[in-house]
Amino acid sequence: MKENTLQENDQANVETRRSFYTAFIYGIWGVITAALAVPAGLYLLLPPAIRKESEWIDASDLGSIPPGVPTEISFQHKRIDGWKVTSEKTTAWIVRPDEGDQVTAFAPQCTHLGCAYHWEERNHSFVCPCHASEFSIQGQVLGGPAPRPLDRYEVKVEAGRIKIGSLEPHA
Amino acid sequence: MRELIDWLEHRTGIETAVKSFLYEEIPASSGWPQIMGSMALFFFLIQGVTGILLAFNYAPTPGEAYNSLRYIMTEVTGGRLIRGLHHWGASMMIVVVVLHMLQVFLFGAYKKPREATWMMGVVLLLVTLAFGLTGYLLPWDNRAYWGTVVTTQIAAGAPGAGPYLVRLLGGEGVGVVTFARFFAAHVVLLPPLTLMLIAVHVYLVRKHGVAPAAVETAPRKKFYPQQVYKDTVGFFVAFIVLFLMAVFVQVPLEKLADPTDTNYIPRPEWYFLFLFQLLKSFKGPFEIVGSTVLPGLAILVLFCIPLIDREPMIRLGKRVFAMAFAALALVGWGGLTAQAIMTTPPNPGGRAPGFDSFQLRDWQKLTPEELSGLTFFRTQNCIACHPGAGKKGTGPDLTQMPDNHRNVAWMVSHFKEPPEVTPGSAMPAVRLRDSELNALSLFVLKLTPENEEELLLAPVEAVKGANIYRESHCSACHQLHGAGMKIGPPLDGVGDRRNRKWLEQHFRDPKSLSPNSKMPAYKFDEAQMDALCSYLLQMP
Repeated sequence: MKENTLQENDQANVETRRSFYTAFIYGIWGVITAALAVPAGLYLLLPPAIRKESEWIDASDLGSIPPGVPTEISFQHKRIDGWKVTSEKTTAWIVRPDEGDQVTAFAPQCTHLGCAYHWEERNHSFVCPCHASEFSIQGQVLGGPAPRPLDRYEVKVEAGRIKIGSLEPHA
Repeated sequence: MRELIDWLEHRTGIETAVKSFLYEEIPASSGWPQIMGSMALFFFLIQGVTGILLAFNYAPTPGEAYNSLRYIMTEVTGGRLIRGLHHWGASMMIVVVVLHMLQVFLFGAYKKPREATWMMGVVLLLVTLAFGLTGYLLPWDNRAYWGTVVTTQIAAGAPGAGPYLVRLLGGEGVGVVTFARFFAAHVVLLPPLTLMLIAVHVYLVRKHGVAPAAVETAPRKKFYPQQVYKDTVGFFVAFIVLFLMAVFVQVPLEKLADPTDTNYIPRPEWYFLFLFQLLKSFKGPFEIVGSTVLPGLAILVLFCIPLIDREPMIRLGKRVFAMAFAALALVGWGGLTAQAIMTTPPNPGGRAPGFDSFQLRDWQKLTPEELSGLTFFRTQNCIACHPGAGKKGTGPDLTQMPDNHRNVAWMVSHFKEPPEVTPGSAMPAVRLRDSELNALSLFVLKLTPENEEELLLAPVEAVKGANIYRESHCSACHQLHGAGMKIGPPLDGVGDRRNRKWLEQHFRDPKSLSPNSKMPAYKFDEAQMDALCSYLLQMP
């Protein structure tokens, strides 16, 4: 009788120890995996720290833009691409109202799949050659598959010069 | 869950495979000393994971490599941590591998029938060292560059094989080809090779079973869970140490590799320091003894240990000779390493490896003569017509000059008579002395779209100081940023060694501070002294 209990006790001890080992192994492996996976996730998914604040680029002379007719201008801008900062040429469609200095600058890509669109004077609209998206002079979608209005740059006019900033976040 | 496992088991037999792996029988005497092999595998996995992550943001070409690594460390979220884990993980892996080897050696576990397991282990040690050696070059900073220059020179000196080794390592000098070879070895060749060798090594361990002690009294036990638990404790402790090091100990990233930096004292990673020191003890024709013969012999002896010692297993306590041998090796290794650390002076500028170089402004990367040209760029108001990249001015963009204008001779003659050299040029002639036109040309040639904006903002005092440096012909005796003669001491990072008071006194009366100095006294007025000192103290 007594011996029996001892054996049972032993058996119970072995079981407890075994489940402790198992729990410990799973737990620690979980902790180590998490300690590697979380930084790895942040490393791959979070955007890198921003190196420089956006700056205003002197893009064009306001006088060279005819009022009421969208005009494409080109300018150099700094592109931060990972560890490289490159200066590259880019363009914008500038719309100058008939009166006042409140110009608008549209990014030159169609919001559908990024093709370069152009101004059609006949239709009085921006037309994308790829899938026939059409935008009004205010950038609103008039037709075609484009999912949202044209993207805009921040823009201001100083002393008769058009200054272009960064892309405005779209809604 | 059970159903899923059964389904998988039926299709793949995975459960049986895992179980037979985990329920492998091991000697009752196995315990803590036997965890080192698993630990080495654990560190190999950590190196694999962190290495892959680094590769996602790394450009494997010289120059770009440095910029991308700097990007990883300063801009990418968690980048510093990942590099820290990889860098310190490498060191810890060496430690663990050596401890593993030491344990197997002391316990006599290499004896019959486990000779091949040991030999495969020695090959794995060499592969691990090869990882360290090739990885050392990849940051492409001064430390990496100069360390590898020495390594390749040693390889070149190997008797007989030297010239072939040089070609294998990418030819004379450390450049793009050597870099590509090291990168390919570190990332493409070694990882799969190591995996295969580990597979063979583990297969052999399993084939012969974990080595029993000389006398086993208790019955054999299972690998899982008790031994796995001990392994896991080991992983956990090692991982905590590694993580803390990655977070708190700065990983070195020095200045961009500079092949013209003649003051740099190359040194290898700490685990190679003993070889570095050994090399110093052999001079002239005997150098290959230290560089090739002795290390080669050591590896050979290590490899052949199971063939040399063919005695049957005895108790650990009786292995006096083995213990003495291991102790001697450790003392020798430790002594050489300590000696190397104590006898190698810190690099000029006392530059603690680290982030100083990140804050280097663009103007600090110019030689004194180049920077002095900015003085004239400002006084001549060049910017009025050449407003900079992306801006429209009367004159052309100076960062985009055609290649045939990119030399001092063309520029100086152009400055003197613009319309003569460039018909139709509306630029007025620049009336300066030839030496000043030279400096101005050198400065303009340094302009790029990336640095232009920052260069033009260089502090007035420093630029003035650089001009005084040029006018006083300091570079006739001193080197600064790689330019100038070496009659006097180099002035790089003089601010780390001397303060302004010392410099001023030294200019007024050099002999009062350095009795053997050949430098003449300079009578600068207060403004000149201020500018010159301010410039010198700011140069890295």
